[in-house]
Amino acid sequence: MNTSLSWIKAYVPELDCTDQEYRDAMTLSGTKVEGFSRLDNNLEKIVVGRIDRIERHPDADKLIICQVNIGAETIQIVTGAPNVKEGDLVPVVLDGGKVAGGHDGGPLPEDGIKIKAGKLRGIESCGMMCAIEELGTSRDLYPEAPEDGVYVFRKQVTPGADAVEALGLHDTVVEYEITSNRVDCYSVLGIAREAAATFKKPFHAPAVNVQGNNEDVNQYISVEVKDTDLCTRYCARVCKNIKLAPSPEWMQRRLASCGIRPINNLVDITNYVMMEYGQPMHAYDLSTIAGNKIIVRRAKDGDTFQTLDGQMRKLDSEILMICDAEKEIGLAGIMGGENSKITDTVDTVLFEAATFNGANIRKSAKRVGLRTDASGIFEKGLDPRNAEAAINRACQLIEELGCGEVVGGIVDVKEPFAELRQIAFEPERINKFLGTEISREEMLEIFERLELAYDAQTNLITVPSFRQDIECFADIAEEAARFYGYDKIPTTLPMGESTTGKLSFKLRIEQKARDVAEYCGFSQGMCYSFESPKVFDKLLLPADSPLRGAITIANPLGEDFSIMRTISLNGILTSLAANYNRRNKNVRLYELGNIYIPQSLPVEDYPDERMQFTLGMYGDGDFFAMKGVVEEFLAGIGMKARPKYDPNAGKPFLHPGRQALIRYKDAVIGYLGEVHPEVTDNYDIDTRVYVAVLDMPELLPYASFERKYEGIAKYPAVSRDISMVVPKGVLVGDIEQVIEQRGGKIMEEYELFDIYEGAQIKAGFKSVAYSITFRAEDRTLEESDVASAMKKILNGLEGLGIELRA
Amino acid sequence: MKEKLEQIKAEAIRQINESEALDKLNDVRVSFLGKKGELTAVLKGMKDVAPEERPKVGQLVNEAREEIERVLEEAKANMERKLREARMKAEVLDVTLPAMKSRLGHRHPNTIALEEVERIFIGMGYEVVEGPEIEKDYYNFEALNIPADHPAKDEQDTFYINSDILLRTQTSGVQVHEMEKGKLPIRMLAPGRVFRADEVDATHSPSFHQIEGLVIDRNITFADLKGTLAEFARELFGEDTRVKFRPHHFPFTEPSAEMDVSCFKCGGSGCRFCKGEGWIEILGCGMVHPKVLRMCNIDPDEYTGFAFGVGLERIALLKYEIDDMRLLYENDIRFLRQF
Repeated sequence: MNTSLSWIKAYVPELDCTDQEYRDAMTLSGTKVEGFSRLDNNLEKIVVGRIDRIERHPDADKLIICQVNIGAETIQIVTGAPNVKEGDLVPVVLDGGKVAGGHDGGPLPEDGIKIKAGKLRGIESCGMMCAIEELGTSRDLYPEAPEDGVYVFRKQVTPGADAVEALGLHDTVVEYEITSNRVDCYSVLGIAREAAATFKKPFHAPAVNVQGNNEDVNQYISVEVKDTDLCTRYCARVCKNIKLAPSPEWMQRRLASCGIRPINNLVDITNYVMMEYGQPMHAYDLSTIAGNKIIVRRAKDGDTFQTLDGQMRKLDSEILMICDAEKEIGLAGIMGGENSKITDTVDTVLFEAATFNGANIRKSAKRVGLRTDASGIFEKGLDPRNAEAAINRACQLIEELGCGEVVGGIVDVKEPFAELRQIAFEPERINKFLGTEISREEMLEIFERLELAYDAQTNLITVPSFRQDIECFADIAEEAARFYGYDKIPTTLPMGESTTGKLSFKLRIEQKARDVAEYCGFSQGMCYSFESPKVFDKLLLPADSPLRGAITIANPLGEDFSIMRTISLNGILTSLAANYNRRNKNVRLYELGNIYIPQSLPVEDYPDERMQFTLGMYGDGDFFAMKGVVEEFLAGIGMKARPKYDPNAGKPFLHPGRQALIRYKDAVIGYLGEVHPEVTDNYDIDTRVYVAVLDMPELLPYASFERKYEGIAKYPAVSRDISMVVPKGVLVGDIEQVIEQRGGKIMEEYELFDIYEGAQIKAGFKSVAYSITFRAEDRTLEESDVASAMKKILNGLEGLGIELRA
Repeated sequence: MKEKLEQIKAEAIRQINESEALDKLNDVRVSFLGKKGELTAVLKGMKDVAPEERPKVGQLVNEAREEIERVLEEAKANMERKLREARMKAEVLDVTLPAMKSRLGHRHPNTIALEEVERIFIGMGYEVVEGPEIEKDYYNFEALNIPADHPAKDEQDTFYINSDILLRTQTSGVQVHEMEKGKLPIRMLAPGRVFRADEVDATHSPSFHQIEGLVIDRNITFADLKGTLAEFARELFGEDTRVKFRPHHFPFTEPSAEMDVSCFKCGGSGCRFCKGEGWIEILGCGMVHPKVLRMCNIDPDEYTGFAFGVGLERIALLKYEIDDMRLLYENDIRFLRQF
């Protein structure tokens, strides 16, 4: 919301501060000033000039030579402006002065434009007559300015006087950020009240009094509100003998400072009151209203209505309409109808100031697709008490501006007002809550400035109706704090029972995952939680894959962000693809993020959010490098048993011969593999990609940060090497299972040290060699101990069709 | 005899001094001190010496042996030293050649910033917890004093799954989950992913992170809120950081505030980084609204508390001077390697 500072000062006349002081103080008391701009920025040495004589330029058809009276003297100015004539009063920037911009109204240069005397086609010119755009403003805000040419004053101004002053540009436009709870501050009066309290100056609300003629408004109009849940008050007044004309300059300037374009006195009055009181109004041409009757009711589903902008609007039964005896004439709180709008021939006007249900207006405006200044204010939920004051203020202005004749009386249909809130005054509690020592007197002084009435007898504070935000003790404390000054409140640290700062176990495991991944050369990526349903096809998931049962977002940003991921691979593959596309070599990425598995579809309860530790890489490294990272991580979180790798992982997105489920004890904790070449094709990656996905909830029960010293072996180890010829289909995992199962207690460890397929080995076989180490905790092993263990192992291996090599 | 020994000794020392390699020295040792060496031969000839002379001769032989051994050792040490020096001379490295590094990976800047924040608050006794990303309307809105028709619930901002279930728009719902557990006092920090229906651009992302803080105890004051967050700002942005609290509005806190920190680039004098303001907006905070406490079965007459919410990306972008939010989700290795 924007207002001019001069408008605020109209209600707080003693306010005396610089723009910066105003900004700082208002921001610290809670009315945040986003910025301010001085309207006279870069306007220097600009005075009123009267064109006394105009001659043609001897050497240029489009130029004229003007003798301009600037008070003390007359100067010569050459101009190309087509609109000036002798006797015109115009703004003139003198030699050495500055204007804000060019006549084309483009962006204003930071330092303005310096004007110097000089010659134009050989003729001396001692200054420049200014177009409205050169003064940094526009025809929108000064509608009387010509489309092309110099601004000419309509009013009487004295040559030599300050032209910037005469234009009302010695002012500052202040931009505020109003918080949604402060409906009252979406008005100049509301902000002025805050400013008065902030600067401890008196606040003068306008004195509203309407004469009205001796007719009775009820002879002109009656009002019936059918849907009182959506309209809690409807005030109507009538003005006749309307004489449309431009509104006075002061009103135009104030509207312009809010960014509202002046139109004519009638429209400007309704806009002015909307800004001043925060109460939108509407004016109907009474002659268009059938049956002299206003009915406020819901529309019917499927109805259509033409708003005054000429557009047809689709209605439904939750949209509130203003109707006459026969037809709909306005979209309540949003926009009037084409059929009842004010035209130049209007004679009698019906003013409406109503209180509509804010949430309903917001939703209706959205459904209709029409958000107006009025609906933007209504949707915040207005104070019904404000409507009457606003409509009377509008009628007062009609009278004061000579715009028409106000018919006596008001039609006021309303629901009973809610009682004013009362809250106990508890100064000690406020101080205890804030950590302050504000005196009782200071608090009461603050409350008084805010029109929070205190009754010493009952010790109750009565909250004015416009402060809908104040409901309880904490709100009262905030008022005290704001005007005492947040900056004056001391800084302390909480006392009381001490607590232990810590990460949850799950988060510690994730921290370890990051450490290990980074140690292994993987950098952390972050991917979105939502993705496109096309991902399932890209990953070659079959039509019946349960992973396709994803949670769908009802209002996504687009199909690409429409489902909650059930598998983490797409994120990492997309990131790898982006890197590959940018020709980054040897990329290793990991991600820690959730997948979302619904318990049922449609979703009825919290889904299972499963943290996935996903690793992906291309370039240096292969399947076994990835497997190494997995094992480093498992060792890092205390999972010391050997994980098992099951090649029958059944992952359609992985290379069928290069994938494995990772089993740990009884759980499947994840999978790894080389990405299927068709999938890498789908991601436009033209190289081998390896991935591993660890399902953190599955491995969490096995993880531990407990560590125990197991002693260092005291007795020597004995090792035996065996070299085998193994049928190709036998996995080394099968061999290892035999070694583990049959090695007995003395088998300490085993290590694969050679694997070979080729010329020296018969077809269908491979050569595999292991080194097996035996050790006893309590003695030096005898040859016979080792021999018997080896025999058991070898017997077992024979069962797999394995032959020992000599 | 004595002369002979002197001769042997002199000869041995001469040969030692002439030796140029360690194996030559060994030859000398063998030929003089070995089993068949000359000195050994002298000892063997002791039987020809008169018995009363023997101790004396024995002593002489030993003296000669010791002398030869001493000279041998000295020569050997000398030779080894020279050899080592020669080797080291040949081994001179160009120490400016490139280092051999194992390529460590890099943490995401969000995580680095998050761990900084966690470290600070863990030090102040906060427990780091989590809450669900897909959340119920009640926890995201209603229990936070955002009633059904509140504009904050507008579909423009919130991704809905259905009328009751949504993608959380703020981490504040974790406050409610924690308070509902009924264990007081509370000092919690809840980082996590949140979602809002903003199109992707340099300053917006439909998915980002917040860090929620909550303290509930007896006698918690607004001054405690100020003190805690001022301490946090100094820890995060440097000892000289000043803070400014401005009144603001959040439905679930009262009074509410926004905290600005003095620009850590210019120290507050105003620069391009802080758009000439000297201050940078960092977080929103406030005293937990009595309605929120009551909905979580905490008696606002007995307990008070404060809460705050920080945008993690905001901290990361500011602290590491990242000028485009999209970089955080592209995962370009050239970006990640800079952290």
